[in-house]
Amino acid sequence: MSALVQLLAVAKRYADAPALHPTDLSIERGKTTVLIGPSGCGKSTLLRVIIGLIPPDSGTIDFDASQITPVNIEMLRRRIGYVIQEGGLFPHLTARANILLMARHLGKSDEEMHARLLELCELTRFPENLLARYPLELSGGQRQRVSLMRALMLSPELLLLDEPLGALDPLVRASLQKDLKEIFARLCQTALLVTHDLAEAAYFGDDIVLMNEGRVVQQGSITDLRERPANPFVSEFINAQRSVALA
Amino acid sequence: MKSFVRLTLAGMARSCVRGHRSALSLPMLLLFFSATLCFAANPVLIGSKKFTESYVLGEIAKRTLNETGIPAEHRQGMGGTIILWEALRGGQIDVYPEYTGTIAQEILKTERQLSVQEIRDALTKFGVGMTEPLGFNNTYALVMRRNEAQRLGIRTIGDLGKHPELKIGLTHEFLDRRDGWQPLRQRYSLPQLNIVGIDHALGYAALAKGSIDVKDAYSTDAKIAENDLVALADSFDFFPKYDAVFLFRTSLRDDAIGALRGVAGTLDEARMVRLNAEAERTKNYTKAANLYFQNAAGSAVTAGESFWQKLVRWTLRHLELAGFSLLLSIITGIPLGILASRGGAIGNMILGFAGVMQTVPSLALLALLVPLPFFGISVRTAITALFLYGLLPIVRNTASGLQDIPRSLRESAIALGLTPAARLWQIYLPMASRSILSGIKTSAVINVGTATLAALIGAGGYGEPILSGLNLNDHVTILEGAIPAALLALIVQWSFDLLDRVLIPKGLRL
Repeated sequence: MSALVQLLAVAKRYADAPALHPTDLSIERGKTTVLIGPSGCGKSTLLRVIIGLIPPDSGTIDFDASQITPVNIEMLRRRIGYVIQEGGLFPHLTARANILLMARHLGKSDEEMHARLLELCELTRFPENLLARYPLELSGGQRQRVSLMRALMLSPELLLLDEPLGALDPLVRASLQKDLKEIFARLCQTALLVTHDLAEAAYFGDDIVLMNEGRVVQQGSITDLRERPANPFVSEFINAQRSVALA
Repeated sequence: MKSFVRLTLAGMARSCVRGHRSALSLPMLLLFFSATLCFAANPVLIGSKKFTESYVLGEIAKRTLNETGIPAEHRQGMGGTIILWEALRGGQIDVYPEYTGTIAQEILKTERQLSVQEIRDALTKFGVGMTEPLGFNNTYALVMRRNEAQRLGIRTIGDLGKHPELKIGLTHEFLDRRDGWQPLRQRYSLPQLNIVGIDHALGYAALAKGSIDVKDAYSTDAKIAENDLVALADSFDFFPKYDAVFLFRTSLRDDAIGALRGVAGTLDEARMVRLNAEAERTKNYTKAANLYFQNAAGSAVTAGESFWQKLVRWTLRHLELAGFSLLLSIITGIPLGILASRGGAIGNMILGFAGVMQTVPSLALLALLVPLPFFGISVRTAITALFLYGLLPIVRNTASGLQDIPRSLRESAIALGLTPAARLWQIYLPMASRSILSGIKTSAVINVGTATLAALIGAGGYGEPILSGLNLNDHVTILEGAIPAALLALIVQWSFDLLDRVLIPKGLRL
């Protein structure tokens, strides 16, 4: 089976500092690919290049075997869900309006939208009676569930998550991690998740991509990374995270 | 309010080239506008400057025409010489009272004393005609308290040289004029250094209190007798002659020109002083002008408006000025703010332009617009000036409201796949609504305040009683305009606070 997303020699510079060296990456269908690495390693840049928030300086990105261009990116975005750290919910819209925003824009019928909404509430374990609330009236974990529902509303082929659990306290985070993993499994969702937490990466990742200073350092399972590090940075990164966990 | 008063005083002094103590009673502007719409026959439009005598002469012209069966409208107190002259040339008015000295100095710009015939010949090429002098010479004079003058033995301007300690308070206009203080001082070799610039009406109060000893005045000024002042003799004939005349467009209908010519030679100085005094006393120019026609059979027709009628008229006009200009500011300000929020050269240009517009003093903005072809003396000019004035708060708040939207939320909107238009309407503008509305509110309150200046170009509103009161040194009249203006500003503020609750999405008010 071919990859859903294929990056070929994608590179990006900011001013005089390269944010992303020419990078190849493929995201396989039905799998969760995790991008991990220290701050500023280029993992968020990579994600944002895929959804067209940042135009790459060079290289090509194929989505479902067709190349992403400035012309088709708007249509392709409707096939991609995007969840960010703080949820990115629009404060002037209720949870329901946030979730339905794009479906309404596309003129979906009320029945269709309502059915999908109930489905998503059930899927993300979000109480229906909170749908009328505004983002500011929801807890951090609830906001992330709403954000996830918004991203999943149009049944996207690809889900991009940029540190979706980064701002949550540990208990909420653990429960949401578990739910997320179940959701991915139930939907056979192709997902690309950015995190800086190795344990989280190991928990989700069928495929872990470790990045440093704008390059992919190693790609593989957590076992690969742990037992067959490609270079000293990999061991260092893994050991640093492990010692934090033990401390 | 105080700063407004200052502004107005300065503005009046500059804008009224023959800036008498004017008294702006109630320009019947609303009447005028409805009249222009309703009357099939075009009435003769009479203008007057912003001081009592000019008003009275304007009323005399109006009634003279009316009695000959010619419809006429009087637009009272439109401003100073240049404004009236331009309005006459531009055809916005057909007739206005003027003085020969002013025509020579300010319009024909000559230092020479011109004969009536020379002036008439010079005006022909502008398509403007002039009646014979009406009969009185209203020239400049220096005045003192009578008892003080007697005590010091001062009779002529030259006598002032013996008393260098005297404090002299002059109108700003007199200080600046080519036939004003500097040449006068040279002519009479006056040593005085103690000169202050003071508004004409306030100058009389200062003179009465003794804070100044000498001031400039006009020889037919009713205040001279009223305040027991004495005019110093101009033994060198320094001041040019200011014979009152009517200027009219030569294209004016012949019977109207004939009627106006009939007024020539019928008004001597004593009679004019009496009419001026009557106007000041009753604050009713129509009534004062009627004195002129006392021997004629006609009866006074114009009944005075009650205070409440005036208040309604001022309020409607004020709302029209402030409301319409605000609407224009909103319609153009928000799109400009959206453009400006994108930054870059265009954004900086827009913010720069709006900023500059607001640093131009509102009076200057009015004065600059008046000579332009489309504008002139009209409500249109006032609304345009207010519109330009109200632009900055809206543009700036729209731009900053949009720029303050966190990047993560902008990117979320993009990543969802919303079209740029949908992003703007459904996400960005609602999120910036609080900031935009507060800009609109600022603009509205500024406009309500600044609209009082519109009266300077005869556009009416609450500025009308304020100006009038200022010129008559009558505090009650000032308050008749100032209090409603302040109340309106408060009401506008409250209404917008209420509007916030309706227009700002609930999610942003938590």
